Amino acid sequence: MPKTIEEINAKIKSGKVVVFTAEEIIDIVKEEGIKKAAERVDVVTTGTFSPMCSSGLFINIKQPRIKMKLGGGTAKLNGVPAYAGLAAADLYLGANALPDGDPRNNHHPGAFRYGGAHVIEELVAGKKALLTATAYGTDCYPAKKREQKIGLDDLNNAFLFNPRNCYQNYNVAVNLSDKPIYTYMGKLQANLGNANYCSAGQLSPLFNDPYYRTIGMGTRVFVGGAQGYVAWNGTQHNPDAPRLENGTPCAGAGTLAIVGDLKQMSPRWLRAVSFTGYGVSLSLAVGVPIPILDEEMMKFVSVTDADLKAPIVDYSVFYPTGEGQAKLGDVTYAELKSGAIRINGKSVPTGCFSSYAKAREVATFLKNWIEDGDFQLTQPVAPLPGPSAGKEAQA
Amino acid sequence: MKMKVVFTFPATNVEEPITYHLIKDYDLMVNILRATIDPRKQGRMVVELSGEDSQISRGLNYLERVGVTMEPLAEEVRHLQERCVSCTACVPICPTNALDVDRETWTVSYDAEKCVVCLSCVEVCPYKAVEIFLE
Repeated sequence: MPKTIEEINAKIKSGKVVVFTAEEIIDIVKEEGIKKAAERVDVVTTGTFSPMCSSGLFINIKQPRIKMKLGGGTAKLNGVPAYAGLAAADLYLGANALPDGDPRNNHHPGAFRYGGAHVIEELVAGKKALLTATAYGTDCYPAKKREQKIGLDDLNNAFLFNPRNCYQNYNVAVNLSDKPIYTYMGKLQANLGNANYCSAGQLSPLFNDPYYRTIGMGTRVFVGGAQGYVAWNGTQHNPDAPRLENGTPCAGAGTLAIVGDLKQMSPRWLRAVSFTGYGVSLSLAVGVPIPILDEEMMKFVSVTDADLKAPIVDYSVFYPTGEGQAKLGDVTYAELKSGAIRINGKSVPTGCFSSYAKAREVATFLKNWIEDGDFQLTQPVAPLPGPSAGKEAQA
Repeated sequence: MKMKVVFTFPATNVEEPITYHLIKDYDLMVNILRATIDPRKQGRMVVELSGEDSQISRGLNYLERVGVTMEPLAEEVRHLQERCVSCTACVPICPTNALDVDRETWTVSYDAEKCVVCLSCVEVCPYKAVEIFLE
């Protein structure tokens, strides 16, 4: 019998809700079947912990006595430039931003030791960052210079607003050339020396709701240890990606724009990363609860790593230039997780950038939150664009 | 006996085939972990030596005679568990499986015994959870 979000929330309130993680539900469905499991289980929690490059932080800084207009001026936090094209006291610090003096890839491969994500991680850990700002001065905002150590307490607001998180699926990156290359998928050794992937597979949020039936605008999610929200479809959201019979896409596909209060987050769930030769990024924990409204939703959340496929892509020529073979094959997440896959007859060891151990922690944490009555589910305010919505994107 | 050592030899001795002699004359197993050898420059080689104790000490005497200085390997890789998130980026890069993942718990662990200090992991770990440690 179909359930509603209201009915599930009533069960959360009364402490009677039945919740499992997207990993635990696999065996339950195997034992009990879809129908029985759909009747007795109310929520399945997903989780992921992975670099999510398109992330950043909006902050609003408390004004000093002599007021200052940052908009149109310049601002840096620990030397990392923040975007100052907003109003008097608002800044946006991108996770990938680098100090002006960083050598970048001048001596390839660059180390990218410190950037926007590191500032964000330090703020979350309770440290202060040095704000250095200049302004042109106005009658109402006369100050032209500001140098001050600021921590979360000095900020009226600090929230992550990430334009693209939680890619529904992702490439398996390899290198066909005879030299090692440094990419956002890590160091790829020459001649198919390794294959790197980046997804929590069966635990990953959008793999468990492939057509975005329950995840939409306004969906409450776990983000970085806080309760945040899906703000919009993410950039490059591409619902028209090719799909398998089970509905899951076998290429990039859907993405989420996510917003959450940094002041509620914890370094346990948010970490800066440095990719040698590529740059700085932010690793973030995201967990999305999936309400089991009916048997179809139970079928969706019971997918296993063996049911999910990712494309193998050459990052030496095809990815950067679009020339050559588009795809070297497809591989299941079960194969990727075995430690080696076969490409062109060769056994290639696999590595991952998404932590499955952490993904499990996220899904379990969210499950406990719901069971304890501290996390209520939401009805999306509007759906994310689905297949054939005319939202095909090119990444 | 097995030991990890660093050989440093002056530019004048770069052409002495020391590895050949260690193997042929002293019956030692020489596993070269890293080497920087350029003509007319001081050379440096990190090796793992294994063999009979007496043969090792005879081999080391030979090295001293030909002007190669030897010291125990003072570099180690440290796995900082509080920074590691067990993503497994290091696992396919590590040549000896010193860094490996348990495919049940999905946690990454480090076995110093297996590590040959090639330092490949240092540049691929995005979390800076492995670092070079000088004793």
